[in-house]
Amino acid sequence: MTLYAYSLLSILGINIMLATSLNLISGFCGQFSLGHGAFYGAGAYAAALCAVAGYPVPVALLVGALVGGALGFVVGFASVRLREDFLVVTTIGVSFLFVGFVRKQKWLGAEMGISKIPASGLGPEGNAIMILLFAAATIALCLYLNRSWLGFAFRAVGDDEQAARTIAIPVSTYKLLAFTIGTAVAGLAGGLYTYFTQFIVPDSFTFILSVTLMAMVVIGGLGSTWGVVIAAIILTLLPEAFRFINDYRLLIYGGVLMLVMRFAPGGLAGIATSVTRRLRKA
Amino acid sequence: MTTLHVESVSIRFGGVQALTDVNFSVQKGEFVGLIGPNGAGKTTLLKIIAGILTPDTGRVMLEGEDVTRLPTAKRVRKGLAITHQIVRPFRSMTTLDNTALAAGYKITSNPLTAAFHWRRSQQSARAAEMLAKVGLAGLEDRDVSALPLGNLKRLEVARALALDPSIIILDEPLAGLNHREAERQADTLAALNAEGLTIVLIEHNLRELVRVSKRLLVLDGGKMIADGEPEHVMSDPAVREAYVGKADDHAAA
Repeated sequence: MTLYAYSLLSILGINIMLATSLNLISGFCGQFSLGHGAFYGAGAYAAALCAVAGYPVPVALLVGALVGGALGFVVGFASVRLREDFLVVTTIGVSFLFVGFVRKQKWLGAEMGISKIPASGLGPEGNAIMILLFAAATIALCLYLNRSWLGFAFRAVGDDEQAARTIAIPVSTYKLLAFTIGTAVAGLAGGLYTYFTQFIVPDSFTFILSVTLMAMVVIGGLGSTWGVVIAAIILTLLPEAFRFINDYRLLIYGGVLMLVMRFAPGGLAGIATSVTRRLRKA
Repeated sequence: MTTLHVESVSIRFGGVQALTDVNFSVQKGEFVGLIGPNGAGKTTLLKIIAGILTPDTGRVMLEGEDVTRLPTAKRVRKGLAITHQIVRPFRSMTTLDNTALAAGYKITSNPLTAAFHWRRSQQSARAAEMLAKVGLAGLEDRDVSALPLGNLKRLEVARALALDPSIIILDEPLAGLNHREAERQADTLAALNAEGLTIVLIEHNLRELVRVSKRLLVLDGGKMIADGEPEHVMSDPAVREAYVGKADDHAAA
């Protein structure tokens, strides 16, 4: 395989991790976040600082996940108190705040970011395999959680918080947990990205990235892990396959998002379910 | 034995005194009806008992324990079950899953426990039992979004029963139902009470309420104005004035 293929697989794995972890927060638990890029960025910067300081890869990745999750825990506190639409606005704020903050911090390289990050020592092939293994683990985690009583309760919280409270579910704890797990996975993805590029700049973690991730979740189908994985694959590979799509990427994502919301609010997963039902009837 | 005890509860919203020194107790196995004209404070009282509102003064005791400062989920774990006036099923789930989730309240009360449990057969069996009890047998696999209001009102009761409550407070479970459905729903509640379940029924349907409840509480203008046997309470001049007097006003208008 070429270097380009390994690079593409790495980006694919990272996007799958980001989209499925956002699905855990928004799809499973009904908390719409448009700031996922900030937690990804926080993990990337934390891992980069560790790597530059000479810590081994597992430590840097762990710190990335912890910092992403810790920031998520703090923002998650806001989600406990806020109505759904207010949370969206808050996370948009977090997204801009993160990039604005990082751009002005000399110790984080300001506009120039952090470069000369030591390699993981695994080579492009090893890096891609490591990222894909983590992506597979994230998918497995999401599938497991969805089947467990935790996922069962997440769905109840996403459906109706007040009703969930009256069947003894501590709603705030569940919301906070979903936010923390999801953002920790985003932080871990940030750490992996750090070793993949060995060079990070604030512009890699902007609001546009957060919106693109939400597009993957909505197009895939809120709450469906496999739907979101497929959407992440399609939305990552399409611009690579067709150059003109890359030029009009945002226009196309926006258009597809509007079409999905209008004609198939259940996303790809919803379409698959209705097709299966029709085939069974026929 | 006292299951629920509301003691000197008062609450004010801005310039409105919604409840003034409300006192009452519900004994184990009782079937108590709570009535009052619109704006009497019934829903406010329910919200205080449920833990959605905290009273300015007074306290709420459940099975002898002061729960005034506890959140809703903790009160439910201590034996309080509530049904909603406007039905609130989990729309993405089937009838069975709605009830099974409630039956698994001991697992879901701690997210860590919930994360390490995935088998549902025991809770599903219990849920099916509860659904049969309220007359929803055969509808276990239905999406709740496809159910009519009468069935959703029954689902609310099944979900509450699955919590093994020591007391169940129903907020207008007959509202919106036709005459026959309301009668059937009231009969179901009476049967549950006969099995030993303590029930507080907040309802506007006086006909059914007087038929099935054994004791009536009347709230008017945020104050408890009557407490006693249904026939006796309904003949109380103060209660008649609270209801009929206002009906006359409407007629005059």
